[in-house]
Amino acid sequence: MLDANEAVASVAYRASEVIAIYPITPSTSMAEVCDEWSSANRPNVWSDVPEVVQLQSEGGVAGAIHGSLQAGALCTTFTSSQGLLLMIPNMYKIAGELTPFCMHVAARALATHGLSIFGDHSDVMACRQTGFAMLASNTVQEAQDIALISHAATLKCRVPFMHFFDGFRTSHEINKIELLDNSVIEAMLDTDTISRIRENSLSPDHPTIRGTAQNPDVFFQAREAANPFYDACPDVVEAEMNKFAELTGRQYSLYEYEGAEDAEELVVVMGSGAETAVETAAYLNSQGRKTGVLKIRLYRPLDLKRLVAAMPKSVRRIAVLDRCKESGALGEPLLVEMMACIEEARQAGLLPDSFCPTVIGGRYGLGSKDFTPAMVKAIFDELLVEQPKRRFTVGIVDDVTGLSLTVEDDFDLEKSEVIRAVFFGLGSDGTVGANKNSVKIIGEGTPNFAQGYFVYDSKKSGAVTISHLRFGPEVIRAPYLIKNASFVGCHQAQFLDQYDVLEYAAPKGVFLLNSIYPADTVWEHLPRTVQEAVIEKQLQFYVIDAYKVGRAAGMGGRINTIMQTCFFAISGVLPKDEAIAKIKEAIEKTYGKKGPEIVQKNFAAVDQTLAALQQVEVPSVASSTLELPPVVPAEAPDFVQRVTSVMLQNKGDSLPVSVFRPDGVWDVGTSQWEKRNIAQEIPIWDPAVCIQCNKCVEACPHAAIRSNFYDADELENAPVSFRSTDFRARDFPDKKFTIQVAPEDCTGCSLCVSVCPAKNKTNPREKAINMRMQNPLLEEERANYNFFLNLSKPDRATLKEDVKFTQFKEPLFEFSGACAGCGETPYLKMLTQICGDRLLMANATGCSSIYGGNLPTTPYTCNDDGRGPAWANSLFEDNAEFGLGMRVAVDKQVVIAQDLLRGFSSSLDAELIDAILTADQSTEAGIADQRARVAELKAKLETLSEPKAKRLLDVADYLVEKSVWIVGGDGWAYDIGFGGVDHVLASGRNINIMVLDTEVYSNTGGQASKSTPIGAIAKFAASGKVTGKKDLGLIAMNYGNVYVARVAIGAKDTQTVNAIYEAMRHPGPSLIIAYSHCIAHGYNLASGFDQQKLAVDSGAWPLYRYDPARNAQGENPLKLDSRKPKKRLYEFTDNEARFRMLKMKDPVRAKELGQAAQTFVDERFELYDRLSQPFETADEDAE
Amino acid sequence: MNLETKYLDLDLKHPIIAGASPLPDDLDKVRALEDHGIAAITMYSLFEEQITQNMVGSEAHLGSYENSFSEAASYFPEVDLLDRGVENYLDQLAKVKAAVSVPVIGSLNGTREGEWVNYATLMESAGADALELNLYFLPTDVDESSIQLEDRCIRIVESVKARITVPLAVKLSPFFTALPQFAKRLSGAGADSLVCFNRFYQPDINADELDIKPMLDLSHSHELRLRLRWLAFLSGRVDTQLAVSGGVHTGIDAVKALMAGADAVQVVSSLLINGPEQVTEMLDELSAWMQEKEYASLEELRGCMNYLRCPDPDALERANYMRVLKSWRS
Repeated sequence: MLDANEAVASVAYRASEVIAIYPITPSTSMAEVCDEWSSANRPNVWSDVPEVVQLQSEGGVAGAIHGSLQAGALCTTFTSSQGLLLMIPNMYKIAGELTPFCMHVAARALATHGLSIFGDHSDVMACRQTGFAMLASNTVQEAQDIALISHAATLKCRVPFMHFFDGFRTSHEINKIELLDNSVIEAMLDTDTISRIRENSLSPDHPTIRGTAQNPDVFFQAREAANPFYDACPDVVEAEMNKFAELTGRQYSLYEYEGAEDAEELVVVMGSGAETAVETAAYLNSQGRKTGVLKIRLYRPLDLKRLVAAMPKSVRRIAVLDRCKESGALGEPLLVEMMACIEEARQAGLLPDSFCPTVIGGRYGLGSKDFTPAMVKAIFDELLVEQPKRRFTVGIVDDVTGLSLTVEDDFDLEKSEVIRAVFFGLGSDGTVGANKNSVKIIGEGTPNFAQGYFVYDSKKSGAVTISHLRFGPEVIRAPYLIKNASFVGCHQAQFLDQYDVLEYAAPKGVFLLNSIYPADTVWEHLPRTVQEAVIEKQLQFYVIDAYKVGRAAGMGGRINTIMQTCFFAISGVLPKDEAIAKIKEAIEKTYGKKGPEIVQKNFAAVDQTLAALQQVEVPSVASSTLELPPVVPAEAPDFVQRVTSVMLQNKGDSLPVSVFRPDGVWDVGTSQWEKRNIAQEIPIWDPAVCIQCNKCVEACPHAAIRSNFYDADELENAPVSFRSTDFRARDFPDKKFTIQVAPEDCTGCSLCVSVCPAKNKTNPREKAINMRMQNPLLEEERANYNFFLNLSKPDRATLKEDVKFTQFKEPLFEFSGACAGCGETPYLKMLTQICGDRLLMANATGCSSIYGGNLPTTPYTCNDDGRGPAWANSLFEDNAEFGLGMRVAVDKQVVIAQDLLRGFSSSLDAELIDAILTADQSTEAGIADQRARVAELKAKLETLSEPKAKRLLDVADYLVEKSVWIVGGDGWAYDIGFGGVDHVLASGRNINIMVLDTEVYSNTGGQASKSTPIGAIAKFAASGKVTGKKDLGLIAMNYGNVYVARVAIGAKDTQTVNAIYEAMRHPGPSLIIAYSHCIAHGYNLASGFDQQKLAVDSGAWPLYRYDPARNAQGENPLKLDSRKPKKRLYEFTDNEARFRMLKMKDPVRAKELGQAAQTFVDERFELYDRLSQPFETADEDAE
Repeated sequence: MNLETKYLDLDLKHPIIAGASPLPDDLDKVRALEDHGIAAITMYSLFEEQITQNMVGSEAHLGSYENSFSEAASYFPEVDLLDRGVENYLDQLAKVKAAVSVPVIGSLNGTREGEWVNYATLMESAGADALELNLYFLPTDVDESSIQLEDRCIRIVESVKARITVPLAVKLSPFFTALPQFAKRLSGAGADSLVCFNRFYQPDINADELDIKPMLDLSHSHELRLRLRWLAFLSGRVDTQLAVSGGVHTGIDAVKALMAGADAVQVVSSLLINGPEQVTEMLDELSAWMQEKEYASLEELRGCMNYLRCPDPDALERANYMRVLKSWRS
């Protein structure tokens, strides 16, 4: 039981000598397992351990692969989406040079109007012109098998191969497959050809020259010389498929037809959708229809003869399906190709002249839109229509161009002998892990087949997971989500208020609920709609208090084993006793190595679960008065009511085309309407203990704690429970002060409590802010928070630029989907507090773009004036350049505005114009004044009719300074985007870069970057990183005119605040490298700020500011802001699993790397210390 | 002069052995200890918590972010880790054993019943010549009686004993209500030797910060006195061998401990402060003293000042307190 990524990687690894890798969803895990296998010295089929090398980008991977291939090694790589696009230039070279090579692509959408990490064929289709052979596989089994066939074929025919399969749907589907032995792989890989590759390689022992520059006289002919290899390629692939069949009994063909022999309607399709199409056609044929499906495997080189040969000649109507979109083309690639094929074949006499089917084309499944039998049926039905839509879409409602087909939603092909189970869980409750385990238990431990597919929401904290599991006696070929589940498990009772969980339940199915209420009272606590569904569908209803069982068994909040046991006990997937024995076996297997204590705990949990699981007697009528709470509050804007709320209910599939802006533009400030209520405990303020430092507000990663000071009379209508105290600030006498939590937006990370410096004198366990159960306080605190929001806000211009007063400025980044306790978001929030109302942000793809811009709701918002951060994500690699472009555009419009403005100096208020042109905008007050002047100007311009006035009006707002910030993680700044970062730093422009440095690629799951420190374990550095962290700051300082700061908000927040202000005001480029603790560091993030302190105190993260402005005063621009390390490095590293793991894995190496790391930080501090020594004065020189 | 002694059924050339400390983590130091004449080496402790809670804890923590997000099913590479703490310990034990010819004593630290005691067997397999079970704990439960607590300790000793064939030492804290009787029960439960005593790190209070401040102080010779008294009470009256641990810094300290009844003398702080050379120093001092006082063997010295044989047993008992008080007044 494994997913396609692992199956494919297992083949690619064993068939390769050099593997170049770079993380990109959804291909990342292929690279990860190869790195793990290599670091565990697992051999390939020739008993060598493949060399796995990580590059700085997919472009880098392609270059390295190209070189490695030229130098004679057997190579592979894995990628997806934009990553694949970055490889295209080298793909032309590799193909042009007829280099045997096989790469594997988990096909994924390309970012266009928005980014999608999910599957479609946009990426692979963008490579169809590179000269690579393209071979598609449709299932997990096929992905493994065709991976090998591709590796074998490329050796034989020299044409490089791209093997691809559907991202997520195939790459991440767990299914039962026949694994390939080394013997099969060895037999398929021709050793003679491998010798030929070595002979043909670039070597000084038999030198050749490649990559020559060719002139008009020969380029063309030389290009044509490769033709025979492409001509031969399909024969080779077919031969390899036949050989593979001999070895394994599994026969594949280039173009495979399934369906009626005399089919009249044909669907042509490539990828996992073919399975659904075949299944549906078979059903339709059983109902008397004559349908068939042509599966395209070898898309390049397209073999006309075999393609048309595979097509039944009885066909009268053809629908060609493309899982991509080519705007403006006659049709999508496969459609156009099929049309051309049929015409070409007719002309070539391969098809009779009478063969003139109607060919229509449709798009389906973009960005992993589920592709169901109902959709296939709709397509076949469309083929029966006299005038079918020549171009169509299926799976959406297109009410704009009317292209979409109508789909019968209740059409379903689920087989009764297949157990279909859907589970709703929380990311942190272990549901998905348990389900993966269940799939393994059944798939590996019984003759049954099993399939697992997992859907996650886009949040990194409190994420909802939906697992789709099928179990049955035959191979499961259903690459689509379950709609009629014979078992529905709801592992968190609150989901019943948020989602239509029982929508998934089939009549007479089993419904399992984890609830604190026992069988005799749970019914009355269900919302009425849920009661109605249980009754109407005649569900067998079971309940368990899993958290109670978990606590009793010492399992904490992990209810995975408990819920899994319930499933095995009541789903009927196996006889109960056998099922329980299997679970225990699996526990032994999983945890045996981790110690008998864990095994015993889990065993106890299983036994206690069986005792605690209860069936509920279902009444015949729904009696509940509990109505579902509104998804969004009534005061939410119209779009949020109409669109966002639908997405929040997990029903976004039903939204029609017309509700969306066609250009990918969305309104800001929507996260405030998504009340997630994910915190079990929330912080409550104790005014009597508080010293009013605002550190809790500063630390809160989700802007869920806020403070304000205000006039006492504003408290007049305050809720009774609203807390307030006298404000302690000399400049603001007679004011009241409040710290307030947003109870429904808090994630419960408790970072605020851990940073609070004020202890209760009589009970020092309590602080000025303390965690309390959320539920009993919810109503009260919700009212308090709403009251708090309506308090008047202090005038920004009066607020000092220090830690405390910065926190009175309104955050314009709130309630993001970042992890609870995130170390990045406090910096972004602070940035929006300091300059959010005039901020343009370019955000590199990564964590910050996901929690910053992943739908359904987004965290950047605007102030009462409607101003706020203008945020955009372009790509991963281009972010610095993207931001530079913004700066240039802003600067240009400033110049245009200023020039136009000068032109009005005689006709408009000259004094005003002069004031605008010479305004000092370095302070909040200066900005406010300038805004007032520009408003006055605009009012005057409105009265003028001349075109220049209109032109000036369009750009007048640029007369108020904008702050452009380029934001991203270390994977971007140190690796893939470094060239751009460097260029921007060298540009001299007034632009700011903030690197949220987690020292790993966080978003893709913790792969090493060049920022990863020595001795840390990370993916792609499973044996601990050997080289030191790249010193990005020092590189930037080399330019001399770049403001550089290295900050750690948890260690010295004053320095962070100063750095952001200084960087913003620095007239040239600036770079802030911000230490960001992360879940990939492996400790409870409630201690994030403590660890930041240790990082600084141990020298792991020295603080400094390099301010070129100091040069003018004759001072050293570099100023160290942290003292000589007073702690040893291990005092910091020992607290983090990323370092500790190596000690546990390989203590000798850990010791060596630990010493190397200590030397590294000591020497670095020494260097900084020298570089930051005060300049000798001229007088001293004279002496 | 014959300094030979028998401790944990091991024939030691003299009574000075290295107590449980971080020293065995470094094989060079281990070799240096042997070069300087150490009679046996005790490994640092494998903690019950290391075997259980840490595993459960790490598992829960690392696992809590797994399978929660489409782009990342996990955040760390798959490496077999959680058994490593134990494996590393056992590896190191085997390496220490291979590096020296003197006996090596494994050390297991725990206070609750459970599966962790199985690691005793693994330590024996890894080459430990004997085991020291450290019952290191503070009774903080207001509902657990002294008898319940002692029963629990006895059950742990029994279960460890049942899993090994090599001799077993039990390291005790001084805070038992009826130590001699408990010592006798331990002997009955299978303890071949008792080690007196554990040193508890005494945390301090940071009054300014309203914080508890963990303190790690090395021992001082004055801490020996507590041990001397209890060794004297136990020596000859309980059917186990005895070792002293805590406060032995010099050869003379060793002499006193032996006189009180110790069969072996564990040294830690002094080695950490002065290095392995201290062994030679102490041995020289011990031999010189014995020579001067004309003791021909350790046999003559051992237990000569215990409760049964010392000239004034009352001085070891409570009366002692009265006298001290009197002397204070006068």
